[in-house]
Amino acid sequence: MGDSQYSFSLTTFSPSGKLVQIEHALTAVGSGQTSLGIKASNGVVIATEKKLPSILVDEESVVTNVNQMSLLQVQKIQHLTPNIGVVYSGMGPDFRVLVRKSRKQAEQYNRLYKEPIPVTQLVRETATVMQEFTQSGGVRPFGVSLLVAGYDDKGPQLYQVDPSGSYFSWKASAMGKNVSNAKTFLEKRYTEDMELDDAIHTAILTLKEGFEGEISSKNIEIGKIGADKIFRVLTPAEIDDYLAEVE
Amino acid sequence: MSIFEYNGSAVVAMVGKNCFAIASDRRLGVQLQTIATDFQRISKIHDRVFIGLSGLATDVQTLYQRLVFRHKLYQLREERDMKPETFASLVSAILYEKRFGPYLCQPVIAGLGEDDKPFICTMDSIGAKELAKDFVVSGTASESLYGACEAMYKPDMEAEELFETISQALLSSVDRDCLSGWGGHVYVVTPNEIKERILKGRMD
Repeated sequence: MGDSQYSFSLTTFSPSGKLVQIEHALTAVGSGQTSLGIKASNGVVIATEKKLPSILVDEESVVTNVNQMSLLQVQKIQHLTPNIGVVYSGMGPDFRVLVRKSRKQAEQYNRLYKEPIPVTQLVRETATVMQEFTQSGGVRPFGVSLLVAGYDDKGPQLYQVDPSGSYFSWKASAMGKNVSNAKTFLEKRYTEDMELDDAIHTAILTLKEGFEGEISSKNIEIGKIGADKIFRVLTPAEIDDYLAEVE
Repeated sequence: MSIFEYNGSAVVAMVGKNCFAIASDRRLGVQLQTIATDFQRISKIHDRVFIGLSGLATDVQTLYQRLVFRHKLYQLREERDMKPETFASLVSAILYEKRFGPYLCQPVIAGLGEDDKPFICTMDSIGAKELAKDFVVSGTASESLYGACEAMYKPDMEAEELFETISQALLSSVDRDCLSGWGGHVYVVTPNEIKERILKGRMD
């Protein structure tokens, strides 16, 4: 990929044993909008801030059909499969690329085995892609961390995947600008036997902790998956209901 | 003469009550000449999934090795055994990869799925799956096998009765086929054990 100065890998080791580009990628993640996920006993919820840069942004929201897919121009929470959803902190365009690759990998697995891909397998394959971009010439690491929420035969699962390609299973986690406050809050509030609705309330309260301005259904996004194994992004109306319950 | 009839083979699988049986003949021939009388056509993928392959013997062996390879990697990655339906989909995909230069085999797959429900299927050499609730057959003796199974099969047989039925169906069918025979190899699989038995029939 190219001659001259840029054909070596940008992720070459520094004398201290670090991969500096990955550190910088994590910084990019750390300055992204806050997102978080909570694993309940009967499901998983993921949520993120969705601060639009100006009031002039045309945020058209149309709720269509029974599947409740809202066609927001900027949708941060995405499906990877009907039973796995994902949210990110960091660079949106990099997220789009990863979502596309992951969806393809999930569908290839399904085509081969005629079985939905287990959450751990999809997370591993996505993490492998991210790792490849830390060891190839002429590319840079992805500037996103992902929170993958899914429900399969092993029950509800929540995974975080970092730009380095490492992945961790979490009971509850946060990423982005407000990560340390959010994590402290979650550590205090998390209980093992939490149910999905409690988890959604806790998620909203955690987002509220570091929120600049008024929290509303227009500037947060919430996705959930329960024992029905169908991942859904909540409509603004549903978010309003949860917000009202939290007040 | 078709290449599928070069070596001669007979494979059959039947569904019982929370169990299944899979059986094959033991002859390996080169057209009219018999080379071996102990050829292994049925192989275990794991304790609850078996595959029997009829057709060209070299492809039988190679395909079996490829499938075991894929399953071992699956076990390592996913930390679990493959379900029989999943395995059947995998075999179908692998066969179709060679659509224009196929493996000259017809597999018969039998396994115990979730809740110990027996699963059987067969496919052609390019991966067209055929699921059945009662029995599936494959090989040079397949026409006789169809007739014998149709007559002798009844649903919900226990393991011992299933063994008797499948053995009789196999032996009477291979007797009508000059290219298969020289005894039988029967596996009867229940949730708790795998019983392997060798049959002695007309040794010709």
